[in-house]
Amino acid sequence: MMRRLDALNAIYPRLQESIVVTIMGAVAAELQSIGHQPNFFYLQHAMGLASSMGLGIALSRPSKRVIVLDGDGSVLMNLGGLTTLARYQPKNLVHVVFDNESLLSVGGFPTATSTGSDLAAIAHASGIQHACTVTEVEALVVAVNDAIARRELATIVAKVEAVGPAAFVTDLGLLENRFEFQRWLRQH
Amino acid sequence: MPVSTSSSRVIYDALKASGIRLVSALPETWLVHLIRMAEEDPEMLLIRLAKEEEGVGISAGAHLAGVKSAMLMQNHGFLASINAIVSCAQLYRIPLLMLISYRGEFGERDPWQTEGGSVTEDLLRALRIPFAYLDSPAHVASRILKAQTLAGSANKPVALLLCRDLMWEEPA
Repeated sequence: MMRRLDALNAIYPRLQESIVVTIMGAVAAELQSIGHQPNFFYLQHAMGLASSMGLGIALSRPSKRVIVLDGDGSVLMNLGGLTTLARYQPKNLVHVVFDNESLLSVGGFPTATSTGSDLAAIAHASGIQHACTVTEVEALVVAVNDAIARRELATIVAKVEAVGPAAFVTDLGLLENRFEFQRWLRQH
Repeated sequence: MPVSTSSSRVIYDALKASGIRLVSALPETWLVHLIRMAEEDPEMLLIRLAKEEEGVGISAGAHLAGVKSAMLMQNHGFLASINAIVSCAQLYRIPLLMLISYRGEFGERDPWQTEGGSVTEDLLRALRIPFAYLDSPAHVASRILKAQTLAGSANKPVALLLCRDLMWEEPA
């Protein structure tokens, strides 16, 4: 088992050179604590739709690599989205799911992955051929690098500890992030 | 199937003329020709959804990435998308063009469509989503263009209700 903050630090160089879409809460706050960049977008609500946004960006800009940083609670809210990702197989999309088996930001109640639901297996059965689960930081780095080098859609489920930052609200305004991100995409 | 091919063509051509290059859709009877036209058009990216709210996320991503998109859905799909519309498209000021087939209005024969029809307009108003009716081929092109213009200038979702008089040709 790894800590998500360590995992984010380890893959940060790959995030810096990609378009990144994250879910709300701990993932957004932790990535910002490492270092915000204009090519990072944090979907601070609409649980489940980070992967759909990533798909929209990946299909619109096939020459750019997109990394979606998702969570177990969010993926469980949009399992159908995995079948849509699989259907369109964007070669430039890497889907990382941090699975802490809980809804950490709203009291830490356990999700269905705590009782055996296997998100990598669901992704694979949805038609995402390159779906795997990793439990150590080193294995995550290898899996992300492999997915980038392979240039095929991948879902990487990273099992992480259910720990997060003390606060989720950061100094970055939602609309500030949104317009900065759009401007960056227009210029690159 | 008496879904109007000619009206569907007028709608599709207007979407193309207004620069739409990505359409997300979940099939529904009145949308069959529109979906087929998108499917057969090499310049159009058709995204088939499992559930309509995915389309809000896909359109948001496409917009930020510089591609104009539209969503094709039934009014029940709109009902299923409300959280995404509020907490993605409205929260993040995303122009979202929604073409919603307005089932359950006067003339509806399917009993299962009737509840959705009676709440559609009230929900659009409650969400402060500007909307207009597409009920005659004569104004389709101008209303689609104007809806898209407002969506872009206001940075928010807008809806066009595809009405029975436009979409359905009653058998003689």
